[in-house]
Amino acid sequence: MKYLILIYTNPTSRKVWEGLSDAQRAAFGRGHAALNEALAASGELVVSEGLADPSLAKRVSVRQGRTMTSDGPFAEAKEHLAGFYLIECESIDRAVEHAARVPDAAYGEVEVRPVLDLSGLEL
Amino acid sequence: MSTATGAEDLLRELAPQVLGALVRRYGGFDTCEDAVQEALLAAAVQWPTEGVPGNPKGWLVTVASRRRTELWRNDSARRRREETAAALAPPDPEPAPAVDDTLTLLLLCCHPSLTPVSQVALMLRAVGGLSTAEIARAFLVPEATVAQRISRAKQRVKTSGAEFRLPPQAERSERMVAVLHVLYLIFNEGYTASSGPSLHRVELTSEAIRLTRQLRDLLPEDGEVAGLLALMLLTDARRPARTRPDGGLVPLAEQDRRQWDAQAIAEGIGLITQTLASAPVGPYQLQAAIAAVHDEAPRSEDTDWRQILGLYELLHSIAPGPMVTLNRIVAVAMVHGPQAGLEQLAAAEADPALAGHHRVDAVRAHLLDIAGDQEAARAHYRLAARRTLSVPEQRYLESRAAQLTPPSRA
Repeated sequence: MKYLILIYTNPTSRKVWEGLSDAQRAAFGRGHAALNEALAASGELVVSEGLADPSLAKRVSVRQGRTMTSDGPFAEAKEHLAGFYLIECESIDRAVEHAARVPDAAYGEVEVRPVLDLSGLEL
Repeated sequence: MSTATGAEDLLRELAPQVLGALVRRYGGFDTCEDAVQEALLAAAVQWPTEGVPGNPKGWLVTVASRRRTELWRNDSARRRREETAAALAPPDPEPAPAVDDTLTLLLLCCHPSLTPVSQVALMLRAVGGLSTAEIARAFLVPEATVAQRISRAKQRVKTSGAEFRLPPQAERSERMVAVLHVLYLIFNEGYTASSGPSLHRVELTSEAIRLTRQLRDLLPEDGEVAGLLALMLLTDARRPARTRPDGGLVPLAEQDRRQWDAQAIAEGIGLITQTLASAPVGPYQLQAAIAAVHDEAPRSEDTDWRQILGLYELLHSIAPGPMVTLNRIVAVAMVHGPQAGLEQLAAAEADPALAGHHRVDAVRAHLLDIAGDQEAARAHYRLAARRTLSVPEQRYLESRAAQLTPPSRA
């Protein structure tokens, strides 16, 4: 079963990050690398990425055939997605175990969501 | 059939035999498996253009053996180990009988130290002869992910000390349970609501059926193997009627039965009838029998629900489980009316295994629907739709809810 581990940052977690020393930030990066390697080694990693700053994002909507874009950051979004791990593992409990190893879980919030799939057992 | 397809089928068929021959000769399951993979890939490239060799199996064994020796030499750790003459000798021109090897491989792939996901990947590779890329495409995960799973699985098998021979009789029945479970997982995984066959994706349901047929040839007396094969045939027979062109799922009760594969049904019914008469009863046989009762009914309203209920009671007594409970309740409703079903559902909900499961709401919705309580049915269809992880099922449940919405409130 696939699960998406979503990594959010919010004003509180950003403040914590600002207060971290260089050594702590380096450890944070190593933590992600180690988790990535571990998940790849166990065959549970599908894909994992860190996302760029919201100021580099664009929002896209189409109304009456017209495409409209707006540039980030987006005022209404206090909390934003910072990265994700898409994994495939045995159960949500296992996914939660992995999520707990995401360094951001210690400073901010990490969410685990089951992924929908296209299979359908007979009804 | 083009040369390419014919060669592909031949390679898949020979794969486990070649692997078996190599492991018998050299030992070291993991290295042999790597070597066989490379030989298969070489054949897949060369045979379509150069033609299939006169002795295809011999060709594969020779090429894989050479590669195996190279891999062995390249591994400096192994160089330090005691060299045996056998490791460097040319392969035995009279390979060991293929029959034992495939069964041994099947059982080895389901070693208890492996997770079901690993067992599935390893079985498809070692016994199914699928390439890593094919397995990755079939499961819609990256190739690197599958490669790691297989590599890790082989490592686990090695460190567990498992040997390439049939486990002792005492362990065998337990291992067979795992083998059948893995085959069933592969079959189910193939049950996707894809709108059409992809030329580049291996059809997992066909693969599962093929491997189960192989297992049946090896163990013709095993009732559960026959039961699993019958269940797969009888379930797959309904596939043409299961999905609409837009990918929507058609429930059993609404399927156009003229589209069912009559030949597969006939084979499945014949097989399960014969098996029930001769072998001790087991869960796959009972599930197959239930599928047979469904498939025998010319129209949905002709279904012999009493027989199905009886079979579910039997299944509940030998292999209880939450899905058995729910399916049994549906059968109760069909025989004794929706109220009886709803009462039993309320009682069954106390079971922690069923707590919060979306199918409870789906079944409740269905029963309320039959009972005529449209508003409650709609609410439960919506609830079930939110909680299911299956997109086709979600769409179906939402559409049922929408159909129950009176026009004035739409």
